[in-house]
Amino acid sequence: MTNAGTTVERADPPAPAVRLPRRRGIELALIVLAVLLSVYGYCGVGLAKNGTVPPGAAGYGAGLGVLALLAHFAVRLRAPYADPLLLPIGVLLNGLGLVLIYRLDLETPGDKAAPAQLVWSTLGVTLFIVIVVLLRDHRVLQRYAYVCVVGALGLLTLPIFFPAVNGARIWIRIAGFSIQPGEFAKVLLAVFYAAYLAANRNALAYAGRQIWRFKRLQLPTGRVLGPIVTIWLLSVGVLVLERDLGTSLLFFGLFVVLLYVATGRTGWIAVGLLLAALGAAAVGWLEPHVHGRIEDWLHPFATIEAGQGPNQLAQSLFAFAAGGILGAGLGLGHSILIGFAAKSDFILATAGEELGLAGLSAIFLLYGLLVERGYRAGLALRDPFGRLLAVGLASIVALQVFVIAGGVTGLIPLTGMAMPFLAQGGSSVVTNWAIVALLIRVSDSARSQYDGEDVS
Amino acid sequence: MTRYIRLAAVFCALLLALLVNATRVQVFQAGSYDDNPANRRQDIARYDHPRGDILVGGVPVTGSTDTGEQLRYERSYRNGPLYAPVTGFASQEYGTAFLEHSEDAVLSGTDPMLSPFPLWNELIRARSPGGDVVTTLNRAAQQAAYSMLGRRKGAVTAIEPATGRILALVSTPSYDPAVLSGNGSAVERSWARLNDDRDKPMLNRAVRQTYPPGSTFKVVTAAAALDSGVIADVDAPTDSPAPYRLPGTTTSLTNESEGCEDASLRAAFEWSCNTVFARLGVDVGVDMMTATARNFGFNDTALRIPFSVAQSTFDTSVDRAQLALSSIGQYNTRATPLQMAMVSAAVANGGQLVSPYLVEDTTTASGAALTTTRSHPVRQAMYPATAMRMQELMEDVVREGTGGNAAIPGARVGGKTGTAQHGIGNSGVPYAWFVSWAQGYDDLEPRVAVAVVVEDGSADRGDISGGGMAAPIARAVMEAVLNSPSEHSR
Repeated sequence: MTNAGTTVERADPPAPAVRLPRRRGIELALIVLAVLLSVYGYCGVGLAKNGTVPPGAAGYGAGLGVLALLAHFAVRLRAPYADPLLLPIGVLLNGLGLVLIYRLDLETPGDKAAPAQLVWSTLGVTLFIVIVVLLRDHRVLQRYAYVCVVGALGLLTLPIFFPAVNGARIWIRIAGFSIQPGEFAKVLLAVFYAAYLAANRNALAYAGRQIWRFKRLQLPTGRVLGPIVTIWLLSVGVLVLERDLGTSLLFFGLFVVLLYVATGRTGWIAVGLLLAALGAAAVGWLEPHVHGRIEDWLHPFATIEAGQGPNQLAQSLFAFAAGGILGAGLGLGHSILIGFAAKSDFILATAGEELGLAGLSAIFLLYGLLVERGYRAGLALRDPFGRLLAVGLASIVALQVFVIAGGVTGLIPLTGMAMPFLAQGGSSVVTNWAIVALLIRVSDSARSQYDGEDVS
Repeated sequence: MTRYIRLAAVFCALLLALLVNATRVQVFQAGSYDDNPANRRQDIARYDHPRGDILVGGVPVTGSTDTGEQLRYERSYRNGPLYAPVTGFASQEYGTAFLEHSEDAVLSGTDPMLSPFPLWNELIRARSPGGDVVTTLNRAAQQAAYSMLGRRKGAVTAIEPATGRILALVSTPSYDPAVLSGNGSAVERSWARLNDDRDKPMLNRAVRQTYPPGSTFKVVTAAAALDSGVIADVDAPTDSPAPYRLPGTTTSLTNESEGCEDASLRAAFEWSCNTVFARLGVDVGVDMMTATARNFGFNDTALRIPFSVAQSTFDTSVDRAQLALSSIGQYNTRATPLQMAMVSAAVANGGQLVSPYLVEDTTTASGAALTTTRSHPVRQAMYPATAMRMQELMEDVVREGTGGNAAIPGARVGGKTGTAQHGIGNSGVPYAWFVSWAQGYDDLEPRVAVAVVVEDGSADRGDISGGGMAAPIARAVMEAVLNSPSEHSR
């Protein structure tokens, strides 16, 4: 295994300062492409549904373009070495999400979601710019680890005091807007995990007692592990109370991945998987809501055989199947048959039906690229906090995509969760822009440290 | 830590799992998901454009209504009850029937022939607009038959003898298929009401109901006797007793009319002597009777016009007494009105029976022909000479016998009445039959062959007779055809 740090140390002293390309031009070109693709999709929906280019096409394109350009200039100004793929991927996914939501709005004239989503996207991009401009160095966040964890728990607890919506207490409603505080908690928890593990990783890796005779399976001392397990139990407990299993799965996965990366102990993965299996079995057996989801997953057509018509998962599978390889074409599918949550949790079914396996693969690849760029930034960085933060943020995206995309395609039991950037849901869009902003910041640090400049 | 980050990146294999699973759903299982009856997409696609039309005399008798609902276009019918036995219904809830069913691929637009480039349509997932179905019906004849039947229960079938084109196909009481077109509770109520109706308005009596043909079957028996040589001279006495004791039994068969003892074939046909024809059937023998009946279309399960037709039967395993009864259209002999029109058409067409059909052409929505001329099988039902004799006999029936009500000034008309007994001990109200054909004096060949059956429980039993009740209906239909311009003389 090569270590990025040692390569640089060897090449450093005599060499003249290497000018790394900043690649802002590439980023700009890709952003233009992303905006054009989104506008093209928007026009395509209008042409397919009404035979005309939608009246708002120019405004929509201009709005998205201005937002993307503002973000681009913020990056150019404050994070000139940042990875040039991150922002265009965010813009494209967000633009595509708006197209899909607009397309579904046409089927539900009484319930328009795209305008609100556009407002939230604007807020998200604004947050992105604020983070990129104000957060000059990601290591500052390390200082606020405990603020973050208190904030995260506060956000997770908040919805308990609000009425449940569709069986889950994860929303709060303020002035007509519903907010999902748990979304923001993800980023805060990732910051806390990264900071805590970066500080205590040696203690976690090397102190503690062995279980049985396996050298690798070594439990750290309670003093080190205590806080982190407590936090994790609290967050999962809160989520089980709120019946939001997707998010608790996400936190658990994040926890295990970061613990492994920090300590290198394979044992953690084994223990994590074991705990996950036990937890899943227990919850699946005891909790009727979750038990139903597992039954649906095993027998997606059970309600059809019972004469009650297809349930949401069956409708989702029908939608994906109807798409086939090339898709029905934007605006020409019938994913609205899914009914409730077609624009949020099941948004991917619309993409699958209208863009086909080809479009779906492209979307998965975009997510894959986003995750890969995050990991790459983590590899290039030298400070453990930054590395863990990058890996954590990228893993959040990967886990989220896996949990919800696997759910709606019948790979794993369905748990409600927003497809990053695509799905309707303001909190989710804002959070994902924050994640991309942090990844931009981290990747900028990762590359600028090689540019002969002193970044510290 | 670098190493662990690299290892943790294996995590991205999760995305690979998603891709593999998406391929499973979208490619390998797509077919079974698409075909799941609970998946509404096929229905939505089927109804998202107007259905092709069924044309009578160049004018559509159907239409499509844009409901703006999820299943967007609903079938509509102009003069639904008149054409219901031909069009059938096209229901979003209960499927399709008759032409709507057998020509569904063309009407709904799925027929690959509708697309100039089928593979291209497959690729861009376009459905062709529904094509049109041009029927052979004669508008005036259909209307005449329907209004003449009026409120009575019965059926009329008219065929162009030389071509097999079906000119009229009427069944009463009828129903408006439009009430079944859509979906929802109103349609369900209509469906239940129509199915529970004791008069069975959805039963297509012209092709899906068999009746004992009674005396009209004597056309077949006479043809068999002439073809087999049992009768050489229609005017020679047949040496038959009246009453006739059925062979091997003590039952005696009698006649309605006098003068049947030892009557000639011509006289026996004219006055519909049961005794003579029962004995003739026995003399001809079961093999020859069966062969002739089969040549006329009895016992044929394969007839499609293009929808299927109930099988008309002539029992082939009978003793001599049963054969005697079978030969006068009783016992197990049963026929659809279409079958009896075919019998009459074969006589009118010089012994050649052209398989009847309802669909002249199918076209694309823009009118381009889809089907090239379909071949309609021709069968020799009897010798041409026999057909000539039979024409004479049938003309006599109209000119001098029981079929006087069917006579048309200025035309050659041949016919045969029938009054079929049925029910246990013949207790049911008899069916009145009339089969006939007509040729205007200016025509080169007979232009129409008709079969009429009336089953009417409300009529006075004595009034029910082929000549009294059914012949005027046949005359009206024949007149309608003779008065319309001859469009096809192939």
